[in-house]
Amino acid sequence: MTLSRTAAPKAPGPFRALLPGLMLVAPALLAIGFLYVLPLVRSVVFAFVDAEGGFTTAHLRVAAELYGRDVLFTIFVALSSLALIAVLSIAIAGYLTLGATPWAVAALRWLYRWPLFIPFIVAGQTARSFLARNGLFNSLLIDSGLMDPAMAQSLLDWRGLVLTFAWKQVPFVTLLLAGAMASVDRSTIEAARNMGAGRLRCLIQILLPQVRGTLLVGLILSLVTIMSVLSVPMMLIAGNPTMMTAMMAHRVTYYGDYPVANALGLFSYILTALAAFAYLRMTMAQRRESER
Amino acid sequence: MTTPAAFTGALRRLPGHLLPALMIGLCAFAVFGPLGNLLLWAFAEKWFFPARYPTEYGFDFWHRVFRPRAGAWDSLFASVWIALSTVLLSMVLAVPAGYALARLALPLRSVIMLLFLLPQAFPSLPIFVNIARMFYGMGLNGTYFGVVLVHSLPGLVYAVWIATAAFAAVDRSMEEAARNLGAGPLWTFRDITLPQAFPGLVAASIFVFLDSIDEFTGTFFVGTPDISTLPILMFNASMGGNYQIAAITALILLIPSVGFMLVIERFLKADVLSRIGR
Repeated sequence: MTLSRTAAPKAPGPFRALLPGLMLVAPALLAIGFLYVLPLVRSVVFAFVDAEGGFTTAHLRVAAELYGRDVLFTIFVALSSLALIAVLSIAIAGYLTLGATPWAVAALRWLYRWPLFIPFIVAGQTARSFLARNGLFNSLLIDSGLMDPAMAQSLLDWRGLVLTFAWKQVPFVTLLLAGAMASVDRSTIEAARNMGAGRLRCLIQILLPQVRGTLLVGLILSLVTIMSVLSVPMMLIAGNPTMMTAMMAHRVTYYGDYPVANALGLFSYILTALAAFAYLRMTMAQRRESER
Repeated sequence: MTTPAAFTGALRRLPGHLLPALMIGLCAFAVFGPLGNLLLWAFAEKWFFPARYPTEYGFDFWHRVFRPRAGAWDSLFASVWIALSTVLLSMVLAVPAGYALARLALPLRSVIMLLFLLPQAFPSLPIFVNIARMFYGMGLNGTYFGVVLVHSLPGLVYAVWIATAAFAAVDRSMEEAARNLGAGPLWTFRDITLPQAFPGLVAASIFVFLDSIDEFTGTFFVGTPDISTLPILMFNASMGGNYQIAAITALILLIPSVGFMLVIERFLKADVLSRIGR
């Protein structure tokens, strides 16, 4: 307000009034243009350009042929991770909202956030040691008598990826969900409880439908994260198939092959765009329903 | 002395506490188990395959990591230096932009906000790959400036969001009172607006700092092999099978993250948080 007021009185022209704001935002816009929009455009364009500068779909075909299995593996790991993230964060956020044992709610509130603050690269290293054959996971199961030592096996495959992604992302989605659940009107829950509904039923039939949008946003942001993290698949998975991120890095660092890497990148854009599209359609349908 | 009735009452309530206790125990195992394994590796002198726990503990590897001419100090200084530069660059760009987005008339404001949101909405790996390609042509690969630039991409996004929210939360009536009393616009900004937005801006700086300290992918494509930050050092140690060195580096990386996050709630107030992304 302060700056526009000094510019406005003498020249009330629409452009003069917008000038201060534009000048202040311009440097940041230029930076995002150079560091984001330009690389984004290049990543899409170079997936379709051949050595002579003409249009080609050869890179896409090579990428699909060489890395089709990795793409499927990525989709499988991403969907499994999202399913696990959804179940765990609904359970934790639900307990934080409806839990009847105060000390347990307080303890859980303190506990669940920790992985949020731990960098992915460190999470990758902890998983690499924790889930290995002689890792603490197996050792503690064996010591507690829950598992036979001969049964111990390394979890450093798709299971390790799913567990690590969930470990990192559950606190994030729970944080969003618990916030949304806290702002849901308590009176309907109290009413349902008085009518004899169990806590689990309250969670699934009353709380969950009201926070579905928040849950989906959290899951889509988690999907973007899963499709972006390079360190975890590189540290957990040796050999094939692996996540597309690791294959893109492999293509660039070992072959200097940017076009095929960009074609793979395009696949990862499309996968996230599909998820975002599904989310938009769902919210639109919901809005139309509520307008009726 | 407890009466029989009170005793049976407590006994009846016990199962009600047993299930939550079991659940909390499981959660604690899931959260701290992996971190405990990290601690074991950091102090393990010898730990070979069939052994379920280290056979010898000690500080040998700590000495090795912190030897005067070992790479750890260089990586630590490089990380901190890059992170501070990233904070400076991001905030210099984000503070004016955040003020304009929160307070001034802007054409296509929602489009500009969306532009600052996009980098979080799509996978970032292809972006980093293409930044590295561009930087290669400009001679920026393997330079500190190149790494600072690539760290500033996520940094700028966080900084603009939080700065916009912080400026939007400033009480306008105080500014108007200052103007009515004869203060100029710049004085009003410095003495009224900035102090009120300051905690939010500090929170933004902390986020940018942490993000830069932990950043791996951008550094991997733009900085290596010339520039080694702590995450790169940790990654190389881990891939080379030096689990002790990787674990010690990981613990060092945890200090700023956990430390700052314990104090972040003091800087990021709820009224600012509720305005992020608007």
